Amino acid sequence: METFMIILSGILFTIATYLILNKNFLRIVLGITLFSHATHMMLMAINGLKRGAAPLLGEHADAYTDPIPQALILTSIVISFALTALLLVLGYRTYIELGTDNMKKLRGESHE
Amino acid sequence: MSTLHLAILLPFIFVVIIPLLYKYTRAIHTGWIALVVPVTLFVYFMQYFSINKAIDPITVTVPWIPSIGLGLTLYLDSLSLLFALLITGIGTLVVLYSIFYLSKDRERLNHFYAYLMLFMGAMLGSVLSDNLLLLYSFWELTSVSSFLLIAYWYQRKRSRYGAQKSLYITMTGGFSMLLGFIILYAASGTFSIREIIAMGDAVTTHALFIPAMFFILLGAFTKSAQFPFHIWLPDAMEAPTPISAYLHSATMVKAGVYLVARLTPIFGAFLEWSWTIIIVGIVTLAMGSFNALKQYDLKALLAYSTISQLGLIMSLLGVGSLSMNSNYAPYSEYFIAAFVAAIFHLINHSVFKGSLFMMVGILDHETGTRDIRKLGGIMHLMPISFTFTMIGAFSMAGLPPFGGFISKEMFFTGVLSLAEHSNAWITIIPIIAWIASIFTFIYCMIIIFKSFTGTYHEDLLDKKPHEPPFGMLISPAVLSILAIALFFFPGLVDTSIIEPTVKEMAPVAPLFIENPDWHVHISAWHGFNLELVMTIGIILLGTWLYLTYEKWKTPVFDLIPRHLNLFTLYDKAIEGMEKTATRITKSYMTGSTTHYLSYIFSFLIIAALATLIGTGSFVLDTSQDSPIEWYELMLGIATVIAAVFVLFSTSRLMSIMGIGVIGFTISLFFVIFRAPDLALTQLVVETISTALFLLCFYFLPKMKASVESIRFKLTNAIIAIGVGLTLTLLGLSAYGYRVFEPIAEYFSNSYELAGAKNIVNAILVDFRAFDTMLEIVVLFSAGIGIYTYIKLRYAGRND
Repeated sequence: METFMIILSGILFTIATYLILNKNFLRIVLGITLFSHATHMMLMAINGLKRGAAPLLGEHADAYTDPIPQALILTSIVISFALTALLLVLGYRTYIELGTDNMKKLRGESHE
Repeated sequence: MSTLHLAILLPFIFVVIIPLLYKYTRAIHTGWIALVVPVTLFVYFMQYFSINKAIDPITVTVPWIPSIGLGLTLYLDSLSLLFALLITGIGTLVVLYSIFYLSKDRERLNHFYAYLMLFMGAMLGSVLSDNLLLLYSFWELTSVSSFLLIAYWYQRKRSRYGAQKSLYITMTGGFSMLLGFIILYAASGTFSIREIIAMGDAVTTHALFIPAMFFILLGAFTKSAQFPFHIWLPDAMEAPTPISAYLHSATMVKAGVYLVARLTPIFGAFLEWSWTIIIVGIVTLAMGSFNALKQYDLKALLAYSTISQLGLIMSLLGVGSLSMNSNYAPYSEYFIAAFVAAIFHLINHSVFKGSLFMMVGILDHETGTRDIRKLGGIMHLMPISFTFTMIGAFSMAGLPPFGGFISKEMFFTGVLSLAEHSNAWITIIPIIAWIASIFTFIYCMIIIFKSFTGTYHEDLLDKKPHEPPFGMLISPAVLSILAIALFFFPGLVDTSIIEPTVKEMAPVAPLFIENPDWHVHISAWHGFNLELVMTIGIILLGTWLYLTYEKWKTPVFDLIPRHLNLFTLYDKAIEGMEKTATRITKSYMTGSTTHYLSYIFSFLIIAALATLIGTGSFVLDTSQDSPIEWYELMLGIATVIAAVFVLFSTSRLMSIMGIGVIGFTISLFFVIFRAPDLALTQLVVETISTALFLLCFYFLPKMKASVESIRFKLTNAIIAIGVGLTLTLLGLSAYGYRVFEPIAEYFSNSYELAGAKNIVNAILVDFRAFDTMLEIVVLFSAGIGIYTYIKLRYAGRND
C-alpha cells in the first residue's frame, strides 16, 4: 500500500510540475493545488499506513497511527487553501487590469 | 577593556556623535568638535613616548569570538607607537587645517568628519591589532572610509570613478591578504602575530607558506600603491586636499609598509620576500618619480611622488630583511642600516609630504587652480606659503638642512651595500635609485619654481592670490619646523622609536645576537663619502635638467606610447567585466516564470538525485507494506485518471472538475488512512476551493489550446518527469530507511498532558500552538491580500 501510494504521489507530482511550468495562469494554480495534494499523500505514506486506530484516545485501541504527519498535513491543507485563494484572486485582478492571463505576456519589457 | 581599547573606540564614538550634534552646532565649524579626538589621542600616545628609552611593549586582550580565535588583542610596541603618533599627530594637524579649508556653509561637514573619524579609528585599529583577523577587519574599514572620503564630492563623476577604483584595487588586495592570513592560521593554529613569530620554523615549513607570503604581499602592495597597483592613487586625488594629505600620503597608504614591517619577523629570512619587495619597490620608485615629471596638476604630481617615495621605503624594507638571511650573515649590520633608513624616511615622508599637500591645498584655495601652467610669479604675493613649500620640497629632494637629506643619504647607503655584498648585476639597483632621485629632484624644483616664480599670469587665475588665513598656515608651519628639526636633532627619534622598531623587525638578525649593545645613532654628517658625491651629482645634474626641461620633455615622454598604460588596461578590464556580467545575467534573468521555475526544479532534481545516488542511500523496502484493498486500488486509479484529464483538458470547467475529483478522492484516502480530522478539513476546503475556482472561471478568459512549441513542451515534460521521479525515489527511500524511533509515543499521553483525547487536535492547539497561531497569521494576511486585490483601485492615478 505504501509503495503504491508513493508512486501515486509521484505521478501526481509529475503532472503538477508540468502544469506549473505552463504559461496559462489557471493551469499554474491547478498545478500548485495538485502539488500540495501529492505532498500530503506522500507524507502520509512515508510514515506507514493503516497501522493502528485513528489517533483518538476514546477509541481505546492498542496502537494508534502516528499523529504527527496528520498534524503537519492539517496545517498544510489550510495554508495551501489560503495560497490557492490568494493566487486565484491575483489572477482575477491581473486579468481585469492587464487583460491577459498568459505569463509570457505578463512579463515586463526588458530593461535597458 | 583597557585604555588602549578605549583609544581605538573614541573615534568610533565620534562617528556617531558628530552627525547627531551637527544640527545643533551649526554655529561653529564641526571640525572643532572633531579636533578633540586626535588631540586627546595624541596626548594619550605621547605618554608612552620618551626620547631616551624605548617603550615596553604592552599587550591587552578582550575576548570576542573565542571559537574562531578572534579576540580584541592589542599590542603596542615602538612600531605601533610610531604609527599611532603619525595617525594622531598628522590627524590633529589635518583636522585643524581642514577647519579653514572646508567652508562650514557649503560643505556637508557632518559626513566629512564622521568619515574622517571612521578612518582614524580603523587605522589605529590596524596598527594596534595583534590578531590577524582583527587587523584585516580594520584594514578593510580603512579602505571603506577612504572610498567614502574620495567620493566626498560625489556629484563629480571623477570622484565616484576614483573612489570605485581605489575600492576595487585595495579590496582585491585585502581579500588576497585574508587568504594569506588564513594559510598562516592553518600553519600555526593561531591568529596572533606574536605567537606566530614565536613559533618560528613550525610555521615556515608549511607547504603553503610561500603562497601565503605572496598573498599577503599583494595586500600590502595594493594598499601602498606599489607598481603595478599604483593606478588608484592618482585618481584618489579627487578627495578634498586634507584627505589627500592625511590618507593618501601620510597614513593609509603606509599601511602596506606597516604590514611588511610587522610581518618581517615571520617572512624576512626568505629571499623570495626580500627580493620581491626590493624589486617592486625600486620599480615603483623609478616609475613614480618619472611619471611625476609629466604632471601639470600639482596634486597628481604629489600623488606620483608619494608612489615613488613609498617604493623607496618598501625597497629599503626589502634590503633590510636580508639582514635575517643566513647567506648574508656577515653583512647583517649593513642591511640593518636599511631598516633604520626605512623607518626614518617613513617619518620624514609623512612630515614633508603632509606639509606639501597642505601647501598645494592652500594654492588651490587662494588662486583657484593647481595647474602649474597657470600658476607662476606669485612668490611676492604669498611669501610665507613659498617658504613652507620650499622647505617641504627641499626635504623631499634630499637637500640639507632638512630631514629628507639624512634619510636619502641612508637610502643610498642601503642600496650601495646591497650592491656591494650581492651579485655584480645588482649594481643596477643603486643606479636606478640614483636616476630616480634625479627625477625626484627635478619634480621638487617644478613644485617650487613653476608655481611661485616665473611670469605672473593674472588673466589665467580666477582671483587675486594672497596669503591664506593664519589658521591654515599653522599645520604646514608645524610640519616645516619638524622637517628642519629632524635634520638637526635626529636623536628625537633614533633611540626612542627607530632602534626598538628595528630590533623588533629583525629579532634573529646575526648582528643583534653578536652585539646586543648595538645602538642606532643618526647624524646629519656622514663624512665625505660616495653617498655625498651622489647627492652632489643629483643637485648638479638635476639643476641642469630642470633648466633644460622644456627642451627634452616632449621627446622623452613620447618614448612611451600614451595608450599603452595600466590605466587604459584597468578601464578596459572593468568595462569588459561589466559587459560580460551583464550578458551572463541577461541570459538567465529572462523575466519568465517558466524559466525561473525550471531552474528551481532542475536544481532540485540534480541536487537530490546526485545526493541520493552519490551516497547510495536509495532503498526499496516493500516487506513492511500493508495490504491493498480493491477499493483503494480503484480510488488510486481514479485519482490518476482525473489528473491526466486535467493535464490534457482544454476546457476550464473540465480542469476544475478534474481537480475537484482529485480533492475528494484524497479526502477518501484520509478516511481510509485513519485520519478523520484531515478528511473533514479536506472536504470543507475542497468544497470552498472548487467554488472559488468556479467563481474565477466566470471572470477568467477561455483557456486556449496550447500553442507552445514542441520544444517548450518537451523540456517541461522532461523536467516534470524528473521531478516526479526524484520525489518518488526520495519518498521510497524515506519510507524504507528508518533510523530513529518515531516520536509519536510522547503525544499518546495527550490526555494527561493537555486534557485532550484527540491527539492531532492537541498537537495543533496545545503542543505546537505557536505554529497554529502563525498559521492563522498566514490566513489573515492572505485574507487581507484578497480583500486588497478585490477592493483597491487606482485612485485616479494614470501610470
